[in-house]
Amino acid sequence: MRIYISLLVLVAFVLGAVLFVFNDASSPVKEGEVQAFELTNGMKLRVIENHRAPVVVSQIWYNVGSSFEHDGITGVSHVLEHMMFKGTPDYPAGKFSEIIAANGGKENAFTSKDYTAYFQRIASDKLEICLSMEADRMRNLILDEAEFLKEVEVVKEERRLRTDDKPTGLLYERFNAMAYTNSPYRQPIIGWMEDLDSMTIDDLRRWYKRWYAPNNATLVVVGDVDADEVFKLAREYFSSLPIVDLPEIKPRREAEQYGVQRMTMQLPAEVPTLLMGYKVPVLISADDTEEAYALEVLAGLLDGGDSARLTKNLIRGEQLATSAGAGYSLYSRHEDLFTFSVIPSDGVSMEQIEAAIKNEIELIKNTPPEQKELDRVIAQVLASSVYEQDSSFYRAMQIGILETLGLGWQVKDEYIAKIKAVTAEQVQQVAKKYLVDKHLSVAILDPLPIENKAASASSASAAGAHHVN
Amino acid sequence: MLIKFKKVSLFVVLTLFSTILQAMPDIEKWQTKNGARVMYVHVNGLPMLDVRVIFDAGSARDNGLSGLAALTNGLLAEGAGGKTAQALAEQFESVGAQLENDSLRDMAIVGVRSLTDKAYLDTALATLTTVLSKPDFNQKEFERELARMKVSVTAKKQSPAAIADDAFYKAIYGDHPYAAPSGGTEESLERLNLDAIKAFYQKYYVAKNALIVIVGAVERTQAEAIANRLSMGLAVGEKAAAIPEVPALKEAKLIQIQYPSKQAHIYVGQPGMKRGDKDYFSLYIANHPFGGSGFASRLVETIREDRGLAYSVYSYFSPMREAGPFMMGLQTRADQADQAVSLLRSELEKYVAEGPGDDELTDSISNVVGSFPLNLDSNSKLMGYLAMMGFYELPDDYLQKFVSNIESVSPADARQAMARRIKTDKLVTVIVGDIAAEGNKPE
Repeated sequence: MRIYISLLVLVAFVLGAVLFVFNDASSPVKEGEVQAFELTNGMKLRVIENHRAPVVVSQIWYNVGSSFEHDGITGVSHVLEHMMFKGTPDYPAGKFSEIIAANGGKENAFTSKDYTAYFQRIASDKLEICLSMEADRMRNLILDEAEFLKEVEVVKEERRLRTDDKPTGLLYERFNAMAYTNSPYRQPIIGWMEDLDSMTIDDLRRWYKRWYAPNNATLVVVGDVDADEVFKLAREYFSSLPIVDLPEIKPRREAEQYGVQRMTMQLPAEVPTLLMGYKVPVLISADDTEEAYALEVLAGLLDGGDSARLTKNLIRGEQLATSAGAGYSLYSRHEDLFTFSVIPSDGVSMEQIEAAIKNEIELIKNTPPEQKELDRVIAQVLASSVYEQDSSFYRAMQIGILETLGLGWQVKDEYIAKIKAVTAEQVQQVAKKYLVDKHLSVAILDPLPIENKAASASSASAAGAHHVN
Repeated sequence: MLIKFKKVSLFVVLTLFSTILQAMPDIEKWQTKNGARVMYVHVNGLPMLDVRVIFDAGSARDNGLSGLAALTNGLLAEGAGGKTAQALAEQFESVGAQLENDSLRDMAIVGVRSLTDKAYLDTALATLTTVLSKPDFNQKEFERELARMKVSVTAKKQSPAAIADDAFYKAIYGDHPYAAPSGGTEESLERLNLDAIKAFYQKYYVAKNALIVIVGAVERTQAEAIANRLSMGLAVGEKAAAIPEVPALKEAKLIQIQYPSKQAHIYVGQPGMKRGDKDYFSLYIANHPFGGSGFASRLVETIREDRGLAYSVYSYFSPMREAGPFMMGLQTRADQADQAVSLLRSELEKYVAEGPGDDELTDSISNVVGSFPLNLDSNSKLMGYLAMMGFYELPDDYLQKFVSNIESVSPADARQAMARRIKTDKLVTVIVGDIAAEGNKPE
């Protein structure tokens, strides 16, 4: 296998040099557009040719993430993502990374609620190396127990870093766990510590076998490539991988909520924080997709830049908050939360700040937003659609998300027109329909003093040791 | 077999380099009439433009009033030319322009990303010009933004990482201006006032202390007009004086800060090197296999892969106008802190004594050379490189020669540079964590 790879690199070199020389000479008609291909085993391939620089982004997306997990094994998708770097018979632990590095590439992976993705950024003539190794680890992962036992400790450190020692991280985690009754979005992506403690290599093996298959994957390639050549390479490496019988995905739709849900977290911290979340439809779950776009515009009116309402009214105007944000995720698999996160100004109570947010919502409901506000949202959306083309990685991510959710990449092309079509009345309607107490969850971080024990631990070490407590 | 593979891949990378050269950005430089330096790269393809004005006005200029540079920078767009912050934000956002401002230890940055459509670009640049040259510095905005800075300083007290960061800079820089945090301290923010802000602006936000970088789809003549327009409203002024050199540490220091977190945050290091340092390429490539290359590095291998002690572990040189830090960092469960610190120190000692292996260095060079085109593949990244090159006055052919400079580093160069520059008996070690808890007591 390794001899084969070295030959392969030579072949890639010849091909790559040719691609490279012509890269400025001929500007292909298809540049910038998504080109879609399917392999016979169901794997999807999406390519954008972008000849600005002799580099490529390759991302492989699996339709699995923490929202696919059941209680007791939370975090398994993310631990598996870590284990994907721990070796196959042909490329033992660490070899994947070593080969990518030796070829001047950068690589990593990420896990979310709805997907798991692996990526490389590399000189465009090295794409074949990435594809051959991604194909290999799609079905041939070893999942060695000793490696797992070390790696799960790394993941626990990651959890301590991101969540346990971060008051706002912990607040978000518990807020989601409270807000959702039965939706899998109540589970943390990184998993409950209890579940990480009891996770076994068999959990991972089952998860890997179940979900890592060509018919559950999308390959997205953006860069200085020829789409037909990429299709050939993809066929060469992935088409021999067998179709797997994928499990039925249960709907797990969130049960109805019957009133405001509240929690207070008392944690050693310094800065009080308010989180509010209203359950709202997303594009995939909306009966009427126009509602989802109206919610997107609503988020823009509230928090689309420094001129938007939360900054204008809460930070600058009444100075009730030192930071205030609103968030909505159009592209989620399940019903999601329209969130507000606020740090009140010194001396402003949680009741005051919550009332101020609700007042902003009432303003929208009662008075149609001005056309110039809507125009600013549209101007920013239009400009962003140009700016984001500066990043091949971002473009690949958008396609990966849309394809993995089953919405299809074309949805991105409709985005501007859909946003433009949203009226002031539609924004008011979604606010009236969804930003209501019946859909609301509220979490407060109520800081406790950070208690530091006596300075007994400050033992000196070598000469010149110096202590601060 | 594997070795054979590596040789082949290196060969490929080196051969490719000759063609990569052609793709180097064509950098043009000039000065505006009132003395601002300009760097410009024409990039076609996307109808967008990035403009960044960089002043030598970071927190290294705070002169004992920590937070002064940051608040001055932060107030520029909070009211200018008689227009409110709201009016300015609406002007930018009505044309989809994105204002950028930031204040670091060396640089103060004000810029905008805009579409190149004429009407849009005009509005964006007119607004940016107002923000740059006519800030109002009103008392009300000053008080509001100061209050927000105070909350940020308070928030750092709930972050062991931020506590460790501040302690590390304080320990390695002592009385040097780099010691203090850019965002100020509780004590220094009490002393900030509007007169100091205005004086700081008048002294440092001047043409001769400015670098204008323009990247995007505009022609040279248009770029000249843009640069003139932006600098026109600035006073000519003077280039900022040199900041002091960073003195070498005289002794090792161990700083332990009790904090009731599950993890201990650990930094080990000392002052490292400047931009343009004669050892830059040797140290950069020497650090790469040690702790700078991610999964392939010795630190990740030892700390994460072999022992599962940390999620993130790394080392870096962060070159600045004067010596920026050399730092090793990680976070680990509090009861493992002692073991982790010992491992960091012993790995560094071994590496400084022995240097990288030939294969390690070859792999690192092929990674850095091979990945170089990735660093220049977008307008954003080009902007970052140009700003850095221009601000630190690196040679015009820095990008052209980057690859050959990296390739010319031998294992002996790397070893000797590390031995010359890293004093393992004078390291600062910062540990922030639950060292008071039973069983977590350090050595």
